Amino acid sequence: MRSILPILTVVLAIVCVWYLAAVRMNATWVHDQAARAGQEVTLSQVIPLTLNQERPVLPAPHQVVKGLWDGVTGQAVTSKRSLVYHGWVTLSATLLGFVIGTAAGILLAVGIVHNRAMDQSVMPWAIASQTVPILAIAPMIIVVLNSMGVTGILPKAIISAYLSFFPVVVGMVKGLRAPDAMQLDQMRTWSASDAQTLWKLRLPASMPYLFASLKVGIAASLVGTIVGELPTGAVAGLGSRLLSGSYYGQTVQIWAALFAAAIVAASLVAIIGWIERGTLRRMGMAAR
Amino acid sequence: MRNLWPFLVLAVVALALVLDWRLGLVLALWLGAWLFNAGLAEGRAPWRRYAVPAIFGIAVLALWEMAVALYAISPVILPAPSAIWARMTASVPTLWADFVQTFVKGALSGYVIGCGAAVLTAIAIDRSPFLQRGLLPVGNFVAALPIVGIAPIMVMWFGFDWQSKAAVVVVMVFFPVLVNTVAGLAATDRMQRDLMATYSASYWQSLWKLRLPAAMPFIFNGLKIATTLALIGAIVAEFFGSPIVGMGFRITAEIGRLGLDMIWAEIAVAALAGSAFYGVVAMIEKWVTFWHPSQRN
Repeated sequence: MRSILPILTVVLAIVCVWYLAAVRMNATWVHDQAARAGQEVTLSQVIPLTLNQERPVLPAPHQVVKGLWDGVTGQAVTSKRSLVYHGWVTLSATLLGFVIGTAAGILLAVGIVHNRAMDQSVMPWAIASQTVPILAIAPMIIVVLNSMGVTGILPKAIISAYLSFFPVVVGMVKGLRAPDAMQLDQMRTWSASDAQTLWKLRLPASMPYLFASLKVGIAASLVGTIVGELPTGAVAGLGSRLLSGSYYGQTVQIWAALFAAAIVAASLVAIIGWIERGTLRRMGMAAR
Repeated sequence: MRNLWPFLVLAVVALALVLDWRLGLVLALWLGAWLFNAGLAEGRAPWRRYAVPAIFGIAVLALWEMAVALYAISPVILPAPSAIWARMTASVPTLWADFVQTFVKGALSGYVIGCGAAVLTAIAIDRSPFLQRGLLPVGNFVAALPIVGIAPIMVMWFGFDWQSKAAVVVVMVFFPVLVNTVAGLAATDRMQRDLMATYSASYWQSLWKLRLPAAMPFIFNGLKIATTLALIGAIVAEFFGSPIVGMGFRITAEIGRLGLDMIWAEIAVAALAGSAFYGVVAMIEKWVTFWHPSQRN
């Protein structure tokens, strides 16, 4: 709680810098307009003009908040201009892909932990894949699946699935190996089968690792979905709002979509953090 | 049970051969490579640790090639690895130009500026616990956001060329490096700092001789995370507008022409560049933090 004041100070400082930058960056346009009309503008006239432009270079924070508010509450939820509609399109594909990617990742991790050949064959590639910009394949997957007749939510979900897949595999392998030799020996003295060891020791012990990689995975999933919405040419979703905004120079729209995406990402991570705290507390593994 | 496996595999392959000979061939190669690897993985010789993943990779490529040839998959859906390789060797100048534009000009310059700024900022706020308490949660929060979304804004501000890509990369790498550096600067323990105080070391002396070296493992952790982010940022930013050169541009342009072999070639280059970039940073880390337990064998 004692960090509330510092955080507020930093956020306030960012907003102040933002306003100053908005005045500075948008002033050129105001001066141009005035020069064209043959008028002189004083500084006190310039400032209000810079903060309420239709297509500013940098929208002021209140314009972004207004754009966000209009997008969320100003339209019917089904409208093409509603941020709730676009946000849901993005969110549903993200969640579907995230669930698929996480499930596949956990399954592969279980296989890796139990099978030496699988471990040595797959694990180096899974680790190496972390250094590869796999996001670059996203547009290709969308277009290829489109040409095969697969459209809608599924192509985006596949991208979001493979982006969350690798962090989960790497994290879960680490987690399933977290029990130390003493605990594994204890299971052996009870003559526990591999399945029993998995269910009663390895899986519970891996929970902190699982949640850590879920947080990384869901953030990656969301980025994947947003990038996956670009190549189809701005149909629906937060990514398409970004793209159409950049086509038509609608800066307020871009910033509003960006903040909507940020809010979605932050809420998703917060929800996972909340589930994590609840689960770990009930399992008696909470950090504090 | 263990000795039954080869027979089971043979039975499955035979069954598949009868049903569909192409499926049978694919399965035979897959399971054969698998059995080979399973045998190899039993041993403990050090060379096997490299051989097993290498064989796995080669088997996947061979399967891919075989599946494309046997099922006559159209090259606009999935080109064969040999076709991709042919395309790569045939268009080295193009790939090199794209690499220079995206990696050297966009990603690398943004990476240097962003990481440098992040380390300097961390040192600047190091003296103020108040600022640290405020900036760290904000930094952690921003690090989880889909920052690539600022690409269209940066393209508007800095134009189509590499400057806008570098700007996206700066913002993307800044926060992970900042958060890690601040954590690293706090990593020395009280005893070590007290020792510096008994030497009557100035703030800068203790920063330079104790705290910055102690922070290096953390800083490099951030730097390694940032390598991948830099490449992703530079490529994705090109999806929002670029000159007619660059890896992201080539990918979007070839999608329109269904030149999938070229896209795969670009992806292979991106993968190589990404791994090499990470490897170089990891090597510098090894050289700088040779004293750290994780680097000693």
